[in-house]
Formats: sequence, structure tokens, C-alpha cells
Amino acid sequence: MRTFPLRIGTPDGLLFEGEAERVICRSITGDLAVLAGHCNFCTALGMGEAHVVMPDGTRRSAACIGGMLSMMNGTCRLLATTWEWKEDIDEARAQAAKKRAEEMLAKGGLSDKEYKIAEAKLQRALVRLNVK
Amino acid sequence: MAANMKAVKLRIKSVQNTMQITKAMELVASSKLRKAKDRAETCRPYFRELHRTLKEIALGNTDFSSSYAKEAASERFCYVMIAGDRGLAGGYNANLFKCLEEAGRGKDYVVLPIGKKAVEYAHRRKLECVTEQFGEIAEISVADCFEIANLLCKEFSNGKFGHIELCYTVFVSMLTQRPEVFSMLPLTDLAEEEETKGKVRDLILYEPSATEVFDAIVPEYLAGLIYGGVCESVASELAARRTAMDAATKNAGEMIDQLNLYYNRARQASITQEITEIVAGAEGV
Repeated sequence: MRTFPLRIGTPDGLLFEGEAERVICRSITGDLAVLAGHCNFCTALGMGEAHVVMPDGTRRSAACIGGMLSMMNGTCRLLATTWEWKEDIDEARAQAAKKRAEEMLAKGGLSDKEYKIAEAKLQRALVRLNVK
Repeated sequence: MAANMKAVKLRIKSVQNTMQITKAMELVASSKLRKAKDRAETCRPYFRELHRTLKEIALGNTDFSSSYAKEAASERFCYVMIAGDRGLAGGYNANLFKCLEEAGRGKDYVVLPIGKKAVEYAHRRKLECVTEQFGEIAEISVADCFEIANLLCKEFSNGKFGHIELCYTVFVSMLTQRPEVFSMLPLTDLAEEEETKGKVRDLILYEPSATEVFDAIVPEYLAGLIYGGVCESVASELAARRTAMDAATKNAGEMIDQLNLYYNRARQASITQEITEIVAGAEGV
């Protein structure tokens, strides 16, 4: 299959640069896949599991949270707020974060801002734990 | 002569003390610089990609339904000014302020200062500030950048200002840092920076719609750029301080050498004088 140049960047550095066959990730409206030859395209990313299919057919999974995906003139740029490859995810830490966030939410009595933060933390932890 | 010698001796002592301080500051700056440089270097690709991607989108954009993509509604500018927390960094802060003044000449503008020196500057010049909450650049994290970005987006949508520009210092190398101003919003400003003559605009598909996409990505884009700017500026500040303190230490060394020479001459002169006096006295006997 045809491949296209893909770059994945986060504030923690450029995590991937090279050819890919397919990118699958979750946008704000749902899952989408990008193949080579896509027209110029731009969307915002939601929270969820993402996959990159390499030219040799292997599939790498990652947790992707927030950011944008753009396809301009054949080059795909995926600029995420957080992007963690499956092998880099610290499961114990995510579990602990999930537990902490759940406790916070269960305890109640939070201000609006605190509630939002706890909720976002729980969501991030769940995304990380759900990557298969 | 004796009094003069004592004064010189005191002066040498004081210069030595200053030298010790500048030397210590240089060491502190260089150890912090290593970390800051790493941070700036890991963030730089993201920063560049983000800016380039948005520029490409701005160049190709034909959908002006989002307020972020439209021509500015207000002629007012907002400068996000990233300076240091402390002085004694050579021309670091002054150069940035000069750059800002040049960019803002003849324009109506407000600032969002980041860093203690930036806040002080805004007070001194009596500039209107969006917020002074981010007074300490050393403590700015990614989460703070998101807060700044959300605040800017809110004020932008309210029409408080029509343009947002970032004023920061680029970390070119250990020895060179360059203050720079560039436009962040609206997207039409980004397109103006590039040569657009004779270029055909490529259509871009936005999903679900341009307004929704821009509403979601613009705060992240701003936060990313501000975070990148903060990383670069922190590294620049430390590099500028290290260079300045290195020069100060060298100057102090030179000064001590000169004073030592002067001190020895004075000592020699007083000995010679004493001998002359003794000889003259002996001849008189």
C-alpha cells in the first residue's frame, strides 16, 4: 500500500518522523483513519486510543489526548498535547492516578475548577489504561 | 602614602568579593542552563511544527466563519511578553523591551507580562495588563500555559483586542539570543508574513466544521506556542546571564591585576622614600 510522511509531535519532543501507511485516531467527533492521498484536511483531536500502521504492516498503539491533526499537501502532522506509545505508558502510575481521581470525585465538595481537573485526570488515566 | 595603600588594599578586597559572587552566579546559571537547554530543544520541534502547520492552514484557508480566522475586528494588539525574573543578565531584558517598543510603535496595545521583569516594565511604562497572575517565569508549567491561552481566547472573542502577538527571546546558541515578535492570531496575520502573491489557495476540509475545529485547536495552539516561547526564553535568560557573569568575572580579574600592580608600586615607592630619608639622615650626621 502507498505510504505518506507522518510527523507526531508533542511539547515533550518529536516522537515519530517517517513513513506510515495509515493513522487511526479519535477526533472530537469520533474515530477516523487517514490514508495516503487524503485531501487537505484539518481536525481537532479528542481523547482516545490511536494506532499507526507502519509500512511493513506492524501496528503501533498509543494513547492520544488533545491536539490537532492536519494533512497538508500529502504530509500528515499530528500535534498532540500528550501522545504516549503503548510501551511507554506507566500502567501503575495510571492506575494510581485513576484511583486518586475517583476518590476525589467520590469525596465530593469540590469547586467547579477542581471537579473539572479531577474529571480530566480520570479521563486521561482511563485512556491510558484502555490502550491495547 | 600609607593611607593610599590601605585604600587600594580595601578596594582589592571588595573587587575580590564581587568576583566571588559573579563566579558563583555564573556556575549556577550554567548548571541550570543545561537543563533549560534540553527542555528548549525537546520542545522546539513541536513549536516549529505547530507554527508551520497553522501558517500553512492560514495560507490555504478559505473559510472565514470562525472569529479566529477572520480579519481582525479590532485594531488593538495584545503582546504576550516573556521576560526574565531577575536582572544581571546583560542586555537580555532590555533587548526584549526594545524589540517590543519597536513592534508596538504607533499601535494601540495591551500586554500580558510573563516574568517579574516584564511585570515591572509594564508598571513603569503604565501599560495596560491583561493579567499579572503569571509573574514568575520559573514556575510556569504546561498547565499554566493552557490557562493563559484560555484567558487570551476569551478576551479575544470578547473583542478586547484583535491581534495577539508573542514577544520572546530565541535561543540561537549559547552565545547568541535574539528577541523576536511574531503574530499568533488571527490567522490572516499569519498569512501576511508569508509571500502570498500568485499562490493558489488549496481547499482544506475541516471536520466537523471550521468554527468547531478552530475553537478546539486555537487554545491548544496558543498554549503550545506560549510554552515553547517560555522554554526558549528561560534558556536564553540563563545563557545571557552566564555570558554576562563570565565577562564580569574576567573584568574583575583584570581589575585586581591592575590594582595589585598599583599597590606594589605604591609599596615600592614608600620603601624607596624611606631609604632616601634614612640615607639623607645618615649623611646629615
